[in-house]
Amino acid sequence: MTTIGVLGLQGAIREHVRSIEACGKEAVVVKKPEQLEEVDGLILPGGESTTMRRLIDRYNFFEPLQQFGKAGKPIFGTCAGLILLASDIEGQNDAHLGLMDMTVARNAFGRQKESFEAPVEINGVAEDFEAVFIRAPYIQEVKADTEVLGVYDGKIVAAQQGHLLATAFHPELTDDHRLVQHFVEMVDQANGNKLASV
Amino acid sequence: MSTSVGTNRVKRGMAEMQKGGVIMDVVNAEQAKIAEEAGAVAVMALERVPSDIRAAGGVARMADPTVTEEVLNAVSIPVMAKARIGHIVEARVLEAMGADYIDESEVLTPADDIYHIDKNDFTVPFVCGCRNLGEALRRIGEGASMLRTKGEPGTGNIVEAVRHMREVQTQIRQVQSMAKDELMVYAKETGAPYELLLQIQEEGRLPVVNFAAGGIATPSDAALMMELGADGVFVGSGIFKSDNPEKFARSIVEATTHYQDYELIAKLSKDLGTAMPGLEMSSLQEQDRMQDRSE
Repeated sequence: MTTIGVLGLQGAIREHVRSIEACGKEAVVVKKPEQLEEVDGLILPGGESTTMRRLIDRYNFFEPLQQFGKAGKPIFGTCAGLILLASDIEGQNDAHLGLMDMTVARNAFGRQKESFEAPVEINGVAEDFEAVFIRAPYIQEVKADTEVLGVYDGKIVAAQQGHLLATAFHPELTDDHRLVQHFVEMVDQANGNKLASV
Repeated sequence: MSTSVGTNRVKRGMAEMQKGGVIMDVVNAEQAKIAEEAGAVAVMALERVPSDIRAAGGVARMADPTVTEEVLNAVSIPVMAKARIGHIVEARVLEAMGADYIDESEVLTPADDIYHIDKNDFTVPFVCGCRNLGEALRRIGEGASMLRTKGEPGTGNIVEAVRHMREVQTQIRQVQSMAKDELMVYAKETGAPYELLLQIQEEGRLPVVNFAAGGIATPSDAALMMELGADGVFVGSGIFKSDNPEKFARSIVEATTHYQDYELIAKLSKDLGTAMPGLEMSSLQEQDRMQDRSE
C-alpha cells in the first residue's frame, strides 16, 4: 500500500490527510524525522514557512527532508511548502530545502485583504482548478528542467521538476482532489521505478 | 477570469494555515521579531498587553496606528490587530492599514453594548471570542472566520479558557445527538443560527478554526488547550510578562506542536524562570471580568 506523509509541524495538515484518503491512499502525519522512512511521498502543507522552518531546524528535520527529496522520493509543497522547496527566495540570501530549481517571491500577491480565489489551468491536470491563494507566493522564475504547470495573471503558480511538485495556492482548502491525485500518480510511478530497479 | 477576494474560503482558509501554531501579543517591532524568531505563526499588534490594560483601567481602544504599522513593517508573518466590539470604524482603519486579521475583542472596552460588527461586509477576516457554542455560532453568523475562547485575559489563569473550550466541545456533542425538532428549540434558546447547527450536527465540528485564548501562561497550559481540542493558541501577556520572553516563546511554540510529548514538555518547562503573575478568578470584581463584556 502506498503511504503518503504530511509534514505535521504546523498548518493545514488535516485537510491534506483528507485529500490523500479521498485519493485512496494511506496518510501519515509526520511529526518526527524517523517517520520519513515509512512514507513513499511527502506533502509539505500550507502554513507559515518561517514557523515551519524554525521547527524543522529544532527537530533535526532538515537533513532527512533534503535526503528524502534527493533520493527521488516525491514531494508536493503547497504555498509555504513551495517556499520550503525553492532553491532561491527573492530578497533572502538563504533558501530552505533548496530542492527545486526556481526563484520564489514570498507574500507576492499582497497581504490577507488581497488574498483571492480564481480558476487556474494546470497543464495535464485540470482546465479549471479552483485555486485559493492566501498571502500567496509566486514563482518568479523556473530554472534547469523545472516545468511550468500553471499561470495566473502572468505569474507562475504551479510547477513540477521530476518528482517535485509545487503550487502557490491551496488545493487542500477545496474538494478538488485532482492535484493530489496527480501527486499520488507521481508517487506510484516512483514506487514502480523503485520496484523495477530491484 | 473570475477572481474573488474576501470569500469565506479565503478568509477561513487564512486561519486554517495558522493551525497548530501560537499567535503572540506584541507591543512593538522588537517584540514582534522575538515572536517571529521563536516560531509564532502570527503576532497581535497592541498598545498594551491585556494584563497592563487590566492594571491601567479606563477605556482601552484600538492601538495607535504607529504601533500597528511598526509591527507590520517588522515581520513577514501575518499581523493581527484588535478593534473594540462594535467599532466599525476602528475595524475599517485596521483593514485599510493592511492588518491581516482583526480581533473584535472584549479585551478592549466595547464600543457597542448590543451589536457586534457585521463582519461579512469586510474583505479582511475577523476572529472573535466565545464562551459557548451559541456565542460561537452567533459570531460565525455575523461573519467571523475564526474563533477563540474568551478565557479571562491578562490573568495568567487558565481556568476560564478551559471552561470555555470544554463548554463548546460538550455542546457540539449534544447537538450531534439532538433530533431536528430539539435543534430548533436549541437555536431559539442559544440564539445560534439554525443552519449552522444543522451543519454542526452533520460534521461534528465548528466550520471555522477555534483557538484557545485568555490565561495561557506556561508550555503546559498551551499543551492542555491543544489536548482539549484547540486548533492553536493565543498567548497574550504570558510571554512578554514572563522573566525570559525568548525562552518562554520558544517553549510555548514547541509544546503546542508536540502537545502529547510529555517528556519534551518536561524538558521545555525546566528553568524557564517565573511565569507571569497570576490572578485568582474570585479576586476579580464583576466589572473586571472582560469575558462578560459581550454576548
